[in-house]
Amino acid sequence: MKRRDFIQQASAGTALVTLGSLGLQSFTTAATTKKITILHTNDVHSHIDAFGPEDGRNANKGGVARRASLIESIRNENPNTLLLDAGDIFQGTPYFNYYGGELEFKLMSKLKYDAATLGNHDFDNGIDGLYEQLEHAKFQFVSANYDFSNTIMNTHTKPYKIFKKDGLKIGVFGIGIELNGLVDPTMFKETKYIDPIEVSQDMSRILKKEAQCDLIICLSHLGYNYRNEPNKISDLKLAAATKDIDLIIGGHTHTFLSKPTVVKNVEGINMLVNQVGCYGINLGKIDFYFDSAKNKSANGTSIIV
Amino acid sequence: MRLTHLIFLLYFFSFLNCKQLKLEPTKIEGKLIQITDTLLVDPEIESYIKPFRNHIQKDLDSVLAYSVNTYSKSDGLFNTAIGNFMADAVYSEANPVFKSRTGKNIDMVLLNHGGIRSILPKGHVTKRTAYEIMPFENSIVVVALKSNQIDSLVNYLCRKKKAHPISKLKLTINENGKIIETKIKGEAIKSDKIYYVATNDYLYNGGDNMTFFQTNDSLYVLNYKIRNALIDNFKKIDTINPVIDDRFVQIK
Repeated sequence: MKRRDFIQQASAGTALVTLGSLGLQSFTTAATTKKITILHTNDVHSHIDAFGPEDGRNANKGGVARRASLIESIRNENPNTLLLDAGDIFQGTPYFNYYGGELEFKLMSKLKYDAATLGNHDFDNGIDGLYEQLEHAKFQFVSANYDFSNTIMNTHTKPYKIFKKDGLKIGVFGIGIELNGLVDPTMFKETKYIDPIEVSQDMSRILKKEAQCDLIICLSHLGYNYRNEPNKISDLKLAAATKDIDLIIGGHTHTFLSKPTVVKNVEGINMLVNQVGCYGINLGKIDFYFDSAKNKSANGTSIIV
Repeated sequence: MRLTHLIFLLYFFSFLNCKQLKLEPTKIEGKLIQITDTLLVDPEIESYIKPFRNHIQKDLDSVLAYSVNTYSKSDGLFNTAIGNFMADAVYSEANPVFKSRTGKNIDMVLLNHGGIRSILPKGHVTKRTAYEIMPFENSIVVVALKSNQIDSLVNYLCRKKKAHPISKLKLTINENGKIIETKIKGEAIKSDKIYYVATNDYLYNGGDNMTFFQTNDSLYVLNYKIRNALIDNFKKIDTINPVIDDRFVQIK
């Protein structure tokens, strides 16, 4: 009986298969190389205008209007692009003091950011101040290890979001830093912080095993690495303690990496950790080329950084 | 099995086979792109930002007060005119807030010399001046301290011999740096009194090695930024004319 049901179901789908398989050869070659581009920023800290000519080593760098044209040209080149931010969008220029983050979110929406995670400074006007600006953000906030259930932010963030680009599934989840000791408790109120490693293990299992994602990205505001605090969780530690994460996009420590760091995960597989400094001075760009597994070179994925 | 079934099966298997051709990342390229002035400015984004920018510029540059002279934190040995102005401004702006919430008065103010980030220039004083003097987001907190902690605070100031801004505290040291007189609001320190000291959250958390704030009776967070206290003070006064006085002096 089971078998018959099986065949019946199969026949129901026949029309589709027949249409698609007029030539079986073309069907297999349909699975050729695909390219996904990930663009990212972190710790922009309300730096909407470019730095002036007198601003030391940052002179004449940054500026949202320039970033916009760069992103547009990259999207024209590859429409299968995701634009992500790793937090600390707020605080650092009078734009934040005057408008409370409204312009930051509006501009990120105009630049078509796909997702962002929250940094500690995004609580600088309190969790209520953050909530007030949400209407201006047309992108998804992802946060897997802040439990907002007893706060006004409840239901306004998701632990992860899955994007579909060119038939590929890209899972993006967010990880935030411990707020206690960094942010006044009256600001974050009843936001609960959950251990990043455990949550990331859950996230990668859900995204890989259940949702069958082709690419898994962690947007993290933990900080790149803490040399003087060996027990403090960081992106490098998280990368080494988890599996199935392809890329950690970090923030918080304002680390200027000239290229992404290749880290071995808990299974010994290479993955990437990246961070591009702060203040919108740089844009990170990571291209993932997808091919059928059999075309993978003998020594695995080639990482060119 | 009928032939059609067999064909269905064949198709089905080929379908399965197709599913097995799951794509994997075979090559990853990462790079950093600098946002420099060689990039084009997106005109739509630029024109969207413009009214926000203009409003801020106009507001930052609107004149709030007039400064009689240029005051720098390097003018003065144990107290400076600009530091005195800041500490007094924090007292006069924060005390009504503290009093309305607690019914108590602030007894003294202590800020840090390093927290004065710019000069107070002669001429028109604007909000921009406040942003330049205090670019950080530090807020005023009031800490309840016992007299022995006030002693630690005073010892710290005498040891550092630096013009950390103070208000309502008067300190006199002799030529050897020993304390001759300590007064808060004109009175000697009483051993059984709790003193309410206004400072900023940075110092409260041990900034500049001010460790004496940490074993306190109570902390009152005013949610009032130092910069906003300066702006509020600029709005209230027409002419700024602070002086180096006798609040912290060495007698030789």
